[in-house]
Amino acid sequence: MRIQKHPVMKIIEKEDVEFIFNDTKIIGKKGDSLASALWANGMKTLRQTEKENNSRGIYCGIGNCYDCRVYLQGSGMVRACITPIKSGMEFYSEDRGDMSS
Amino acid sequence: MKFDVAIVGAGPAGLKAAIEIARAGGNVVMIDDHPHVGGKLNGQLHEEPNNGDWWIGVSIAEQLKQEALSLGITILTGTQVWSVEEGWKLFISNVDGRPLDNNMIESKALLLATGAIEKPLPLPGWTLPGVLTIGGAQVLTNQYQVKPGNRVIVVGVDILSLSIARAMKMAGADVVGIYIAPKNEFTSGISNPKELLSSFSSMTKFAPNLFMRLGGNVLKSAIGCSLAALFYPKNGMKVWDIPIHFRQSILAINGEQEVESVTLTKIDPTGNAIGESFLEKVDAVCISGGLSPQNELAAVAGCEFVRLNGLSGVVPLHDQYMQTTVEGLFVAGNITGIEGAKVASAQGVLAGSSINKYLSIGNVNEGNLERNAKQVEIVRETADITFHSEIGSARNKLQKLWEHRI
Repeated sequence: MRIQKHPVMKIIEKEDVEFIFNDTKIIGKKGDSLASALWANGMKTLRQTEKENNSRGIYCGIGNCYDCRVYLQGSGMVRACITPIKSGMEFYSEDRGDMSS
Repeated sequence: MKFDVAIVGAGPAGLKAAIEIARAGGNVVMIDDHPHVGGKLNGQLHEEPNNGDWWIGVSIAEQLKQEALSLGITILTGTQVWSVEEGWKLFISNVDGRPLDNNMIESKALLLATGAIEKPLPLPGWTLPGVLTIGGAQVLTNQYQVKPGNRVIVVGVDILSLSIARAMKMAGADVVGIYIAPKNEFTSGISNPKELLSSFSSMTKFAPNLFMRLGGNVLKSAIGCSLAALFYPKNGMKVWDIPIHFRQSILAINGEQEVESVTLTKIDPTGNAIGESFLEKVDAVCISGGLSPQNELAAVAGCEFVRLNGLSGVVPLHDQYMQTTVEGLFVAGNITGIEGAKVASAQGVLAGSSINKYLSIGNVNEGNLERNAKQVEIVRETADITFHSEIGSARNKLQKLWEHRI
């Protein structure tokens, strides 16, 4: 889903950034949010709902609705739409306990 | 951390206000929960109807950022303001939850420039991954340069949805069409083709299609609206080669784990479904529910509010120089009513100068404020994007409400 060419916007090839999502290695681009990096890799689902195990992904895209909540090792709960990816980050759909270290 | 002025929101209004204050010698901090400053500028990409130039918001944001940095303005990104106390104290945290050395900012004045949020528009299947707000689609497409889908439909016919549908098409997505919002308990005028066409009558200067431009005059009369709704081409009218369906709407979004298709229906001129529904295979649905001011911090601060449809919702009551009902609390940008980046920028300059006068920063007099207020009106009148046809009268009502209060 990454845009390759555009009639008006400059499309600059950015450097790769490797990170983990649910134990899977994903390659995004510098400047991506977690949401955009995953979406560019064809992954729209970020988590399953707690009660009925339904899929959820981003909705508002601007940090307001919290539908895109995932867990970042070393931090805790984050919003995928406003969290920039950095090399080596580990994200999970579920809280694994002790995420803040 | 102590400053003269704290500004929450580093979009066009916040940036312009910060620059105005710093230029006069004030010590300013801007706080934004996003990783970059610029707010919605970062996703804006559209052709200006008046001259055909391209508005590239991210370039403007970058210029403003460089100017802000050169003036010594402190910028905190990825930072959430979760509460404020009069006087002023701002309680902050990192958006990623990691501890901060300093959880509090103090300032003598506070400017809230937190912009807008999108109103959710529920319909069956709207929780499936692949369903986004139109604003979310804008961010993904223009800011991150990732197209929302290969085959996309847009729900809701309005200025934003038209503009972003075009942006997605330019990004290489097949935009199947733009459809009227579904008729349910969460939609009113926007699901009624007749009423919607009527609200469009003041906005057709934005549409490049000659029919829609000329149609603006036809639509101005109520009879004209009924006729248009009745005779509007059943297969939609194309703008930028994208079909806009005034006589079709959506009933549901379908898919096992993610979006796979939508169930569409033909509708009568008042929005009721007619005939048999039909499926369209898509992999993304972008829903436009309309924008609303993001005003939680103003509520926490104890502001008085007013609700005016022309401003697209509930806004902090404020005077013509952007001061609210709370001492030392100012507002600027879409939090004051949805008007877009150019008006937000002019309001930012006005709020900045108003704060300068309030804190005796620099040499601001009443004449400066009057001039900056007048500039906001000029920008409003010449704006190429209007979100509500009643914005002008709503602003007048707001001023009367303020005067009545005193």
